Formats: sequence, structure tokens, C-alpha cells
Amino acid sequence: MRHTISVLVENKFGVLSRISGLFSGRGYNIESLSVGETIDPAVSVMTIVTTGEDKVIEQITKQLNKLIDVIKVVDFMEIDHVEREMVLIKVSPRKEDRIELLRVAEIFRGRIVDSGLTTFTVEITGEEKKIEAFIELVKPFGIKEFVRTGKVAIAREGVKKAK
Amino acid sequence: MKKSGAEILIECLKKEGVKHIFGYPGGVVLNIFDVLYDEKDLELILTRHEQGAIHAADGYARASGKVGVAIVTSGPGATNTVTGIATASMDSIPLVVFSGQVPTMLIGNDAFQEADIVGITRPCTKHNFLVKDVKDLAQTVREAFHIAATGRPGPVLIDLPKDVTAGSADFIWPEEVKIRSYNPTYHGNKFMINQAAQMIAHAKKPVIMAGGGVILSGASKELKELAELAKIPVTMTLMGLGGFPGANKLSMGMLGMHGTYYANTAVQNSDLLIGIGVRFDDRVTGKTDSFAPLAKIIQVDIDPTSIRKNVRVDLPVVGDVKNVLRDLIKVLKESKEQWGAIRSSWLKQIDKWKEERPLTYRAEKNIIEPEFVVEKIYEVTKGDAIICTEVGQNQMWAAQFYKYDQPRKFISSGGLGTMGYGFPAAIGAQFACPDKVVIDIAGDGSIQMNIQELATAVINKLPVKVAILNNGYLGMVRQWQELFFKERYAHTHLETGNPDFVKVAEAYGAVGLRATKPEEVVPVIKEALKVKNRPVFMDFVVDWKAKVFPMVPAGAAIDQMIFNEEKPEKKLKAVK
Ligand SMILES: Cc1ncc(C[n+]2csc(CCOP(=O)(O)OP(=O)(O)O)c2C)c(N)n1
Ligand SMILES: [Mg+2]
Repeated sequence: MRHTISVLVENKFGVLSRISGLFSGRGYNIESLSVGETIDPAVSVMTIVTTGEDKVIEQITKQLNKLIDVIKVVDFMEIDHVEREMVLIKVSPRKEDRIELLRVAEIFRGRIVDSGLTTFTVEITGEEKKIEAFIELVKPFGIKEFVRTGKVAIAREGVKKAK
Repeated sequence: MKKSGAEILIECLKKEGVKHIFGYPGGVVLNIFDVLYDEKDLELILTRHEQGAIHAADGYARASGKVGVAIVTSGPGATNTVTGIATASMDSIPLVVFSGQVPTMLIGNDAFQEADIVGITRPCTKHNFLVKDVKDLAQTVREAFHIAATGRPGPVLIDLPKDVTAGSADFIWPEEVKIRSYNPTYHGNKFMINQAAQMIAHAKKPVIMAGGGVILSGASKELKELAELAKIPVTMTLMGLGGFPGANKLSMGMLGMHGTYYANTAVQNSDLLIGIGVRFDDRVTGKTDSFAPLAKIIQVDIDPTSIRKNVRVDLPVVGDVKNVLRDLIKVLKESKEQWGAIRSSWLKQIDKWKEERPLTYRAEKNIIEPEFVVEKIYEVTKGDAIICTEVGQNQMWAAQFYKYDQPRKFISSGGLGTMGYGFPAAIGAQFACPDKVVIDIAGDGSIQMNIQELATAVINKLPVKVAILNNGYLGMVRQWQELFFKERYAHTHLETGNPDFVKVAEAYGAVGLRATKPEEVVPVIKEALKVKNRPVFMDFVVDWKAKVFPMVPAGAAIDQMIFNEEKPEKKLKAVK
């Protein structure tokens, strides 16, 4: 099963390598990882997407909790939440396809954030499914390069709180 | 008043109640050593290798229950500590290790004797720190000791750049430590404990499996009370030895790969297994799918990651073992069970197993059997020594043939299985317990891994004894080669390269004794015990063919044991 786990950590020297080292040292998967400060600059939040059987996920959350610099661990599997990811895609369509590409981007509420003589860079934000669908659609136009931020997630208000 | 970083460090150590530090100097820790030079309340013990320093601090911690402390220099000094830190980490031993580091300005420049020791030790410490500002030093030391000693204990490393110990600041001792992200659970959930009490009352064939957690939490009194109250037989892991009196009639000795027949058989037939401070290591469970197949499993541990890591658990109780056992005993005392009556047939069954297959060993006429040596050490010391071990057959025989009646009397590298651990650990234990007899039961291979510490023991007039079970082989590996590799003894023969251990001891100014015949064993032990101001090497030239039995082959269920069928002439009576 695929889990999105958010980890609140002390924003201290080496904390990222403590987390990534835990995953590599114990053979857990990381599909994506994103890190950023919270409103309190002493605290960062990491969003990790990982896969594993229930037993493995249980170990992952416990092992994360055991790290001294980890303040809180939330497995979004148990919680109603919003997930987003952003992608920047640089496409180099043939001249005759340029309009069509812009149309597809518009349908997906993508924004053109840069354009060159032969390329457009499109920014897309959304849930994983939307992003995957967009990438599939754009592939035939010729993708030069793309980068993803990795997922971030936040609990919906008014529902069961995390443990 | 301003103090230098080095002075602040030493003040902190005194505040933490540290009396002994094991260490080795070098360029970037000169400031610290210079302050220690005048220090009256704190003794620095110079070992002859940094690995020796860490193991000594570890042995000190295991023997005393206090935090062990070591100081080493940067680069090679720091990297030499890694095996020792990993050893302590695997066995949850509280240590604080200070490593010198190049000045903060140079960090990352591949400076002379720079090593990223914080990076290197991240996975084998409970936590580690790099102090970047002398103002943070006192707080960091306070937190390090707190983290090392509380919750599930473990080693903590503090990396000290040279400019931090050379710099100066006001010394402010933080009276309190609060780390918002670190809050171990000390008390077990009441509901779970009630549940556990009911399971114990309903069980017909319960077994307690006690581990290192019992010793770390100081819960052996509670464990004994629980076992005797509810009449539950107890088996111990290697780390748990001494957690329950080995000579008590409810004791079944050690379980696992080289566990007793009766302990392994009882676990496999039990209907309730109560794991207390154990992590169900694979050396204990054998094939996990067939481990305790009929039992419901209760697991008590302070570390939630230990629970359900290796085996299924029906009832987890997270908490400090001592607290949980106290609460559990309270609940059980309220029940009106006739424990004696409920358990009598199960206990009778266990006695029968004890009679059927006690621990045995070959008995050759003119050759010293290694088990015989351990047995005699037990008899001569009346079970009152602190026994350290190396790793290999020597370790298993020390676990099987010496009965540990109290905690902190058996000191051995369990999780990592580090050869070369026992002798420096014995030195540390002797510092912690100057009036006790401390004996390292060693192999001829292992002792050569930290033999340089003879100098440390001699110069400090330590009466540490080393009983070398000299079989001329890396015996445990040879045993596997004999049983599973068609007797192809690939690179396990040591005898021709072994030094004369008596002469080695004498060269360092220690006493060297040797026994080559069975009748010389007891006189040599007695002679060694008379020496009060110097270490003693006892070279017991033993039967190289002796093997550790029973043995569960790797990957088998723990009741699929191989026994000593060659000449089981000498039977040891198990306690009933
Ligand atoms: C540092 C280290 N290297 C290798 C091993 C693997 N090993 C386990 S037991 C053993 C043999 C130990 O020989 P010895 O000290 O003579 O003890 P014996 O088994 O003969 O009693 C070896 C090599 C180990 N445990 N530790
Ligand atoms: Mg040997």
C-alpha cells in the first residue's frame, strides 16, 4: 500500500539525513520526499510518500517517532486530507502543435511560466491523477524536461484528528 | 565568570556525577586533556586503543548502571570508536562519547584528521550532536546524558570542534532538561495490563522470556516476584542472564540457538509467552513462523519499535519494564487464583524435560574440556564474580555453564557479537566495581583483538582475570565448518600463529598461568584469584573438538536441536 506520511521535525543540522538514512538503512522505499519550513522556523515538515505492507508502514512510523528530532508523525492513510504536487514541464512542440498544447494546458488549468523560441514551460498543480494524466497527454508533443516537487499533504478541517 | 569550553565540559561531567572517563588524546582534544590533568574528582583512564576505551566505558556502564563516558580525538580516534558505539547501540547501553573535531571553520574541507563522525555514527547512536558554539555546550551535554540514560538507553556522541573547547563562555548549568520531541512512555496502559493479568490467569502453560530490558530497567526484583507469585517458569535471552536468578527452580536458563532443551521445548509448547524487555532477535526465535506456535504472545517493552518487529504480538504493553511489572503484580495479587494448583502439571512437565536432557559435555580423560573450566570458575567463585565474555564458543559456554544470580554480573556483546569486547569491558567493570572479582571468559582469537589493553590493566593495578579457553581455533566458526561445511576448516586455524599467552602477560607485567590437564584447572583458578594488584591471563589449553550444544541450525525452529551425542558422559543436573 502507498502511504503519505507527514513528519514534523526540529529544524536542526542533519535532520534530513537522519530521516533519509533511516529509510535507506532499514530498506524502506521513498517514492517522494519534500521538505519545507512551517510557520515556526524552528520546525520543518517533511512529506514522504512510501509503499509497504501494513507491518512495514507500522515500523516506519514507529521508527520515525523514535528519532530524537522528530516531533510528530502523521500517516494520512487514516485521515481525510488534501494532497497536491506541482510539476514544471518543458515541452518543445512542432510549430503546428503549439496551439493544441496551449489548449491542453488550459484544460488542466496549467500556466505557461516561460516560453522560448521552440519551448513552453508549463506549471501544473494538482493531485497525482491529474498530473499523471497531463503528462500522458503532453508526451506526444515532446517533453524536453520535467521536474516534480513531490507530494505535500494537509488534513482537512473538522474531521478526525491525527493521533 | 567566563570559562573555557574545555572547563565547561569538565564542569558538566562533574555535575552529571561522572567519576571515570576512558580516553585517548590527540591534537584537537588537547585542551580537554589539559584541564583533566589537574582534575582531582575525575579520573581519565588512558586505554591503548580507542576501541578499548569505548568497550571499557560500556563495561563500566553495564556493571554499574551508570552512563559510561569516553573521550577521543578526531579522525582516526573517532573512527576507531565505531565498533564500540555500535556494540553499545545494539545492546542499549548508555554511553556518552566525546570526539574531537577540526575547528568549525575547517569542517568540510578534508582537513587533517577530519572525519564526518556525526555522519558515520548516525545509524549506530541513539542520537548525536555537533556543537558549533561554546554557548551551546552545557545544554548539549545535559541533553546527551538525559537521552543516553532514559527511555531505551543507548550511546550518544558529541562532536567537539577544537575552537569550541578553546573558546569561552559563561558556564550556565541547565537544571532541567526538556526535549519536546523526546517523551518516552514509562507507564503501561492500565487496560492492557489488566488484559495481561487475565491472560496469565487463563494460561495453562505460560512461559516468561526475560531480556536485557529487565536489567536495564532494574526490574529483576519485580520479575522474581511475578514469576514466583504466578508460578511461571522463566527463560532468559543472552542479554537477560542474571535478570532472574539462574539457580532458582523456576529458571530454565537461556533459550535460542544454544538454549537449553527444556527452555526451547517449553517455549514451543507454551500457550502464553510473556516477552519482557526482549526484541525477539533471530538468534532467539529461530524460524519465526514456527516460533512458539501455540502461544499467545504478550510483549512488554519501552521501545514501541521493538513490538511486532519480528514476531506477531497479541498484547503489546509499551512502558518501562519495572513500572509495568509492578502494576501487573498489583492486579495479579488481587485475583484469587490458586496458582500452585493451576500450574503444577506444567511445572512437572518442565521438570521432566530438565531431567530428560540436561546440559552435557564430552568428558575426555586427559584433555581439558572448555565447559569444565567454566563450571569450575563458577564453583570456585561461588557464582559471585562479574563474568565478561568475548564472542564465539567461549561466550556460549559462559552463558550455559555459569549461573548468574544477580543482574549486571554477565557482561557480553549480544546484539553485535563483537570479538575483542570482553577484555576492555572487564577493565571498565573492574573500575566500576573495584571489590568484585571480574573475569573475562575469552577465546584465543578474540583476546588478540584488544590484547593491548593489558597495559591499561597493569598500569592501573587492576586484578582483572582472563580465562582463555584456548582451542587453537576460531572455534565457533570451526564448529559451523565441521557441521555444515564438510570439515573444511578454511582460515579458522589459529594455533600455529598463537603467541605464548603466558609470556605475553608477563611481557606486560601481568601474571601468566597455564593449565594443560584437567587436574590443573582448579589450582590455576585459585592461584589467579589470589592475585590482587595485577591482571592475570589463564591459558587453558582445551579440547579443540568441543562444540556448543544444544544447537539449533540456522533457519530451523528452536525445538529442532542437535545434541552432543558423541560422548555425553558428564551430565549436569539442571535445577528443579
Ligand atoms: C570482530 C568480529 N569479527 C568476526 C566475528 C565472527 N566470529 C564469531 S565467533 C568467531 C570465532 C571466535 O574465536 P575465539 O575467540 O577463539 O573463540 P572460540 O569460538 O574459539 O571460543 C568469529 C571469527 C565476530 N563475531 N567479531
Ligand atoms: Mg578459539
